[in-house]
Amino acid sequence: MNRILYGDNQFFAVNHISDEKSRAQSIRFKEDKSILDTIDIARDLGAETFMCTTHDRIYNICDMIRKEPEKYKSFSIYPCMPYAHKYANAVTELGIVDTIKQYVPGNFFGSLFKGGMAVLSKDYLSIMELLIDAEMKMFKNINTPVIFLQNVVTDLLLGLGMKDILKAYHDYVIKKYNAEPGYITMNLPLLLETLESTGIRNPIICASMNKAGFRMSGGKELYEKTLKEKEVRAIAMQVLGGGAIPAREAIEYVCELPNVDSILFGASSKQNIAQTISLIQEFDEKNKRRS
Amino acid sequence: MIKVALIGAGKMGISHLSILGAHPDVKVVGVADTSKLVTDVLEKYSPFPAFTDYKKMLNETKPDAVFISVPTKYHASMVEEMLQKDLHVFVEKPFCITAEEGEKLMTLAKEKNKINQVGYHNKFIGTFEEVKRLVSKGHLGDIQHFHGEAYGPVVIRKAKETWRSDPKEGGGCLMDYASHVIDLINYLVAPVNKVHGSMLKSIYSNQVDDAVYALLETENRISGVLSVNWSEETYRKMSTGITIMGSEGKIISDASELKIYFKTDKCPDGYSKGWNTRYVTDLTPGVDFYLRGEEYSAQIDYFIAAIKGDIKNGKNSFASAWQTDKVISLIKNKANS
Repeated sequence: MNRILYGDNQFFAVNHISDEKSRAQSIRFKEDKSILDTIDIARDLGAETFMCTTHDRIYNICDMIRKEPEKYKSFSIYPCMPYAHKYANAVTELGIVDTIKQYVPGNFFGSLFKGGMAVLSKDYLSIMELLIDAEMKMFKNINTPVIFLQNVVTDLLLGLGMKDILKAYHDYVIKKYNAEPGYITMNLPLLLETLESTGIRNPIICASMNKAGFRMSGGKELYEKTLKEKEVRAIAMQVLGGGAIPAREAIEYVCELPNVDSILFGASSKQNIAQTISLIQEFDEKNKRRS
Repeated sequence: MIKVALIGAGKMGISHLSILGAHPDVKVVGVADTSKLVTDVLEKYSPFPAFTDYKKMLNETKPDAVFISVPTKYHASMVEEMLQKDLHVFVEKPFCITAEEGEKLMTLAKEKNKINQVGYHNKFIGTFEEVKRLVSKGHLGDIQHFHGEAYGPVVIRKAKETWRSDPKEGGGCLMDYASHVIDLINYLVAPVNKVHGSMLKSIYSNQVDDAVYALLETENRISGVLSVNWSEETYRKMSTGITIMGSEGKIISDASELKIYFKTDKCPDGYSKGWNTRYVTDLTPGVDFYLRGEEYSAQIDYFIAAIKGDIKNGKNSFASAWQTDKVISLIKNKANS
């Protein structure tokens, strides 16, 4: 994995501290071109991996990327699925069964239902596979070396104790996409323990890690201990703690954490992107010299 | 360990179930849902025993407490049944279809001395908690007026009808969406007891309201406006906010950001004259298991702690949810008059 991953929250009006800022972002990034231009700025500054939700608008971004293979030859995307609001709103509107019908392509699901619910009982994992395929369609011919399960799904399954589904996701991503499965979570210690119990070794886990302890469920100390003692390829996200920590202090903290392979960040302005990248490089350099 | 059973594993139920599943003081003894699809998946992949018949589940699993997240029209009879069985009850919002039903249950819960809570999760959000603290300590001076709002993209086209589109089942923007805002107004300002005018508007739905506008008055004569619309696609997700104007200043708060203006230097620690901004990230304590917002875990932690006797059963009790149901009835009646 690359050390620096560029995220997408700013493009889709996801802002954890201000609805006003999120509205300003959706105005600023109204055109798909403005998103791609900002991705290009991040690429030029050294963030060659874009980690993004399977938001509808990513379809268009991917189309634009496919048109210029030479320009984007060393570029890769880490998809994070599903874009949960799409499904959550659909479930409210349509109910669970019709939502699955709407998002699973083809007649497969319809034909399963014809035989009554009993037929279904063995095929829940096939439905999951079909949903993954549906979400992955937009990335055709684009390099996607790691494919993530979004935290709302990872953590839902985690709480429900559905570890076989977490494992099935893992196996399917490897088998079908020849990619590495990754998990986004707000509960890193519990998830790691659970994944290990299914036989998964050294998983890729993306979680909040920040000096303020924000969204580090179970506490910062437990996270630090887990990272130190366990085998995991961690990606730190929300490193600014939702804006609570000054950038320099924030980056210094995550750069010193053991087993953190990558740092995920999002920013809209060239200045902020450049600042974050140079801070990561500065502290990595310092830590390298020290060791 | 508190033995908990859950009835209704829909959108809210499944979320509660996941949080309960990860709770160190809880043993989930059973889940009941009328959908075979849902119970099949739970049977097959989760460690929880699943039932299609909740009565059978209660008999077999003997829980201490039960979570009810079924369509609103079933709340009243089901909550009563649980209280009669001497169970602690957490029920989803809105509480009941009519204020009469709610009053009866409130009395029964008191008689039975059982922990009772309704899922108005906004009261567990750091920004709103801070508003509560500032207002109740009098830092805004005399409250003059408020503005409560919520917008979100729930119904943004003509669509297939579910129970949420049936007024008899407790569907509609007033019951589903506006209830959150009314509950918050009752909590942060004062209980509303008069509705001077209201409009329930359908935008896409055939049978229910998609928007609610009302002019309210609290029992201590503070005026306010309610504006709620769930057919608002410029919002990515539900956004709930409240503005409170007082003689000493003004608060504008939503679930992520609190802005407060003080007219003078006479303000609480950490604040100063003029505009101040606080963020939810600084105001919300962490939780042991996070699913979709600290507040969802925090309200369950609160319920479990109340059963264990660690805290008093105060926040979101049936009594406060009944107040909200009463305002819903007033708004409905005024709109139809």
